Amino acid sequence: MSDEQKGDGLISVFIDGNEVRCKPGTNLVDLVDSVGKEIPHYCYHPKLSVSGNCRMCLVELGMPGKDRATGKPMLNNDGTPKVMFFPNPAIACGTRTSPGMRIRTQSEMVKKCREGVMEFLLINHPLDCPICDQAGECRLQEFSTEYGKGYSRFIEQKVVKPKRTVLGPRVMLDDERCVLCSRCIRFCKEVADDDVLGFVDRGSYSTLTCYPGKQLENNYSLNTVDICPVGALTSLDFRFKMRVWFLKETPSICTESSVGVNTMVASREGKIYRITPRRNDEVNDTWMSDSGRILYKEIEDENRLTGYASQGAFSPPDAAILQVQKYFESEKIAFVGSGGNSVEELYLFNRLSRAAKSVGNYLVSHIQEGDELLISNDANPNTRGALSVGFIESLPETELPDLASRIDSGDVDTVIVYNEDLIVAGISSEQLAKVDIVYFGTHSNATSEAASVVVPTLSVFEKAGTFINQQFRLQKFLQAVPGPDGLIDDLVSFSQLLNHVEPDSGPLETVEPIWAELSKEVSQFNDLSFNTLSPEGAQLDGAAFQHLPFCEGKTLHYEPAAETVEAGT
Amino acid sequence: MAIKELKRKPLTFAEKTYLPQIASGLIITLKNIFRPTITLQYPEERPEIPEGYRGVPTLVKDPNGREKCVSCQLCEFVCPPKAIRIIPGELDEEGDSAHVEKGPKEFEIDMLRCIYCGYCQEVCPEEAIWLQDEFSLSGYTREELIYQKDKLYELGGTLPDNHFKWDKKKSAEEAGNPH
Repeated sequence: MSDEQKGDGLISVFIDGNEVRCKPGTNLVDLVDSVGKEIPHYCYHPKLSVSGNCRMCLVELGMPGKDRATGKPMLNNDGTPKVMFFPNPAIACGTRTSPGMRIRTQSEMVKKCREGVMEFLLINHPLDCPICDQAGECRLQEFSTEYGKGYSRFIEQKVVKPKRTVLGPRVMLDDERCVLCSRCIRFCKEVADDDVLGFVDRGSYSTLTCYPGKQLENNYSLNTVDICPVGALTSLDFRFKMRVWFLKETPSICTESSVGVNTMVASREGKIYRITPRRNDEVNDTWMSDSGRILYKEIEDENRLTGYASQGAFSPPDAAILQVQKYFESEKIAFVGSGGNSVEELYLFNRLSRAAKSVGNYLVSHIQEGDELLISNDANPNTRGALSVGFIESLPETELPDLASRIDSGDVDTVIVYNEDLIVAGISSEQLAKVDIVYFGTHSNATSEAASVVVPTLSVFEKAGTFINQQFRLQKFLQAVPGPDGLIDDLVSFSQLLNHVEPDSGPLETVEPIWAELSKEVSQFNDLSFNTLSPEGAQLDGAAFQHLPFCEGKTLHYEPAAETVEAGT
Repeated sequence: MAIKELKRKPLTFAEKTYLPQIASGLIITLKNIFRPTITLQYPEERPEIPEGYRGVPTLVKDPNGREKCVSCQLCEFVCPPKAIRIIPGELDEEGDSAHVEKGPKEFEIDMLRCIYCGYCQEVCPEEAIWLQDEFSLSGYTREELIYQKDKLYELGGTLPDNHFKWDKKKSAEEAGNPH
């Protein structure tokens, strides 16, 4: 049956004799990867242009033959199409599928090609794996074990190249380890739009270098370290800190902005060592910003709150929560939430505000200048989560004049603050002094210092939850490391408080029971649960909020909705 | 149930005198007096340790006095009782070992945990950790038996080096490879 007859727009290709259906024009490396086989490669990267210079992905290709005179397909005696294999191997990364294509990934010729390429790559390799940060996740190590010869015939002097070269504030280069794949060069040119890297000299003297007088210092420079298949580019922050085989990786979400970059948090024994991007083709491809990678340092900041306090004195957690309960009896209570908290926390915070008959719920907006790539204008990662759970109805403002005037007029005498600094949000310290403040938060600030009760909370790395990003994509993060000693999860504290004001609310101390409620209460969350949410997240229907003038501009996979009315007039 | 009574065999006259037994015992004693001694006056005298003996793991320096460990942490990884703990550090850009780039900032082996399996020696790519002939450890506290880097180097001393890998590397760097 011909491909057109099946009518699904797919074509048949044959990988090592097995038929595979795919779209015409699929890249061979990706196709073979999708069926669970591997074509080893260094220079090919699915999100960069094809350069085809490492030659590691050589495979044998064949096409069904056609008679030159008549143009009819050539057939074997048994009526099957006669396959004509090309005499020379071809690079898989530079080849796209066409109907009837045959690919041999395991033939003798292919194996010899790989052995040859590996041997050439290892000729000038310094073999300093014991001191190389890439060891353990190094393509050169993996492929030389899997496809290499196993021994070296090279007896001449190796080419000496510069080592320990600082390319920029965050990246270190070791030219001897470089296999000249040019991924970093293409990344800087095509994605980061900061074309500073290039090769100089020829042959085995080719050297990766930075343009004279420039540095690799753009905010995406550490992605070159991630895509470097060998240990040529290494991160200065992670340099010699920990070997990668000790690290436990936990999927997480970057809180830098509302883009919601998917990340992997690598930790060992409760200490985070690095954050790397996690591939999500709908959000961040395989990239993330350098500024997002150092956010883990906040959890060990000096001003991290690690103890419960009541009336300025340290208090045990239970006593502090009991104190908070007293403030909930106020008739004039207002709630200030944060767009940096998870959907679950904001849901419970909202339930609390309803149960305590809040006179007003506020969220503080943090506007920043985005970079049109992976940092949006909204520094709150979960503004849409606050909207979705109904904590706020309209977009947050950077300042809270309404709350200020209510404090002045005496309409509000108690403020429950969650991870925000009211001074930054335009409330004066005199106004703060007029009200009782209960502060829930990770770090101390002017508000926590003025607070009657301080309840320390966990950072994004120390708990599980979900965020809703600018695309209305629900994405989950898991707990990477335990929180500071003696700290109770925010959800547990809120659940205890809720049980106090609303005795029949039941236990809502973990994300799962909260999602059972959320999926019933909020129409967007129907049929969703935390455990079944895929690592790539779920696209929600944001139609209910489309009329709101969100502040985000264009980023990598996000186009803002049509211009708002105000901007048009 | 029927009970069967067994009669003990009565002693002979010779046995009753007890003299033959004393005599045979004395003969054994006399024989051993003239045999060469096989015991040692430990701890003043120390046994000769055979080659390949797996004593306490120690860190060694190469004949040029450079510390061989580059803190690759493979021994920490392979150690079955997790007795080894390394905090890697970067070597100064100045100095004789600058080209090695990496070395242990801290290196500790918990000798209370060590089981003398020798995996660390086997896995070490730099031949920097060796189980040598030291076998008796003592201390008054547990902390004392967590050996730190300086103690491990003191125990290890210097071993001959067949490769001088890093020295060769340095001389290649100094000779350069102009084109």
